[in-house]
Amino acid sequence: MAKRIDVSGLTAYYGTHKAIEDISMTVEPRSVTAFIGPSGCGKSTFLRTLNRMHEVTPGGRVEGKVLLDDEDLYGTGVDPVSVRREVGMVFQRPNPFPTMSIFDNVAAGLRLNGNYKKSELNDIVEKSLKGANLWNEVKDRLNKPGSGLSGGQQQRLCIARAIAVEPKVLLMDEPCSALDPISTLAIEDLIGELKERFTIVIVTHNMQQAARVSDRTAFFNLAAVGQPGRLIEIDDTERIFSNPSVQATEDYISGRFG
Amino acid sequence: MSTAAVTDKRGSSLRSASLPKWSPWAIAGGSIVVAIGIGAGAGLTSHIQWGLIAALLFVLGTYVIASAVEGRRQAKDRIATSLVWVAFLLAVVPLVSLIWTTVKRGVKVLDPYFLTHSMGVVADSEPGGGIYHAIIGSLEQVGLATLIGAPVGVLTAIYLVEYGRGGLARAVTFFVDVMTGIPSIVAGLFILSLMLMADMQPFGFAGSLALAILMMPVVVRSTEEMLKLVPNELREASLALGVPKWRTILKVVLPTSIGGITTGIMLAIARIAGETAPVLLLVWGNSFINNNPFSGAQQALPLYIYQQYSQSSGSTAAYDRAWAASLTLIAFVMILNLAARGIARWKAPKTGR
Repeated sequence: MAKRIDVSGLTAYYGTHKAIEDISMTVEPRSVTAFIGPSGCGKSTFLRTLNRMHEVTPGGRVEGKVLLDDEDLYGTGVDPVSVRREVGMVFQRPNPFPTMSIFDNVAAGLRLNGNYKKSELNDIVEKSLKGANLWNEVKDRLNKPGSGLSGGQQQRLCIARAIAVEPKVLLMDEPCSALDPISTLAIEDLIGELKERFTIVIVTHNMQQAARVSDRTAFFNLAAVGQPGRLIEIDDTERIFSNPSVQATEDYISGRFG
Repeated sequence: MSTAAVTDKRGSSLRSASLPKWSPWAIAGGSIVVAIGIGAGAGLTSHIQWGLIAALLFVLGTYVIASAVEGRRQAKDRIATSLVWVAFLLAVVPLVSLIWTTVKRGVKVLDPYFLTHSMGVVADSEPGGGIYHAIIGSLEQVGLATLIGAPVGVLTAIYLVEYGRGGLARAVTFFVDVMTGIPSIVAGLFILSLMLMADMQPFGFAGSLALAILMMPVVVRSTEEMLKLVPNELREASLALGVPKWRTILKVVLPTSIGGITTGIMLAIARIAGETAPVLLLVWGNSFINNNPFSGAQQALPLYIYQQYSQSSGSTAAYDRAWAASLTLIAFVMILNLAARGIARWKAPKTGR
């Protein structure tokens, strides 16, 4: 079910500004890949190119190839909407739909896409909420609004919403940066469980988090302000944190940066 | 009057002398008493002048007393607060007085008979008759105008916020701004010229068209602002689930902002319900009931009010009818606003646990 991502020569622009340049990497199925690097180096931009959310930003465009199991996401005739059904996303700030109940939030992806059977909906919602470790906390108030949950619960609700449509890949853009340590732990445990079923890519500013949850880590950096961000190296997480092959990575990880 | 409340000025650097909580009321009461004294003493006949003197005394008195007791910074704060209160009262007094006068004069002939009968063969100078024909006309004209104006306005706003980029969007925004400033008589003349070209007689729907022109820019503006308030994160969340853009707008963006959009539409309806000029030009007025807005002259409430004043040569019965019709019109707008608030509250993003 999970799919491999193969990126080659990817460059992304905001209007005329080149945000990231010439990035190539492979993300294995059923693994967690963490992106680390200083702010503004294009981690989130790169993440958003992986499900064609980058072009939602006015002026956003992309050159290069992103293969999802041998199918180019940027090939001619590819519908971004279908891409996003395959590659789900969780955002930095929890963003449940304010007009919908907890149940409706989880069911939103299926309902709005219109391809579901009514009889299955209850099971899918329950399965997704269980998958996001939220079921026990909300099973008695599924009809209450999602905005009444705590921040950590809202973020897990957003994860439940994302996995309810059964994507092949799950992208997470700093999913814990707005959360307290306990909620962060809950999400990290969840990531460990989810990687059995999905390919997961996570952007994080927290290096301990990258070390804890990921199998592979990619370090991004930019030469100077205004220059495009680049992939410096990608390797097994253990190697990146113990014996990186590039000096810049070691400087960043050990805090000797800049 | 409040120097007794002065606390110790020395001692803590964080504490300072302050006026008691009731001092604004005391100063207001004092200024009113003094103003009445001045007004009566100087023989000013207008009570408006008394009120203005009281307001002036209140602002000045607050400043003088506060700067004597509390110091200059607190006095500035208090003068700003008192100016806000005076401005608020200046705005509210005419409004209350208008509603009071309309209710007082309007209830005289406002009864079920008045609401359910037309003027028919009753001459404008005689008592009797009613506004049923005007209510029907207003409801039909405003209803049809809303059916045209609201969807066009909302869709235009959706285009501007969700899709519009570059030249076309700028042009549309510019023309919406221009349309906001169109005087109602000009909108009426525009439709009248079309009507004359097609060689048609006045009828209700022609009025609706002119009212729709007046309504559209108001709806576009308010809807645009409401759509801009919807956080981009919600749009992205929906798009990232693989939901097409049009469904995202329909199922996520619009429901989130529906309360504000409804309020905007209701305010636009309230605006056009009181328009007289286009109705005068295009619908003409009619003292008989005409239920068909597509053929023949109709009546409308604002036009009815105008005609009761202008065509009755000062008859008391006609004036009473005009006031009663005004009260009906205000009540109509008020009911619409209450309905809008109800919908806004019912549809508002839910909170609570």
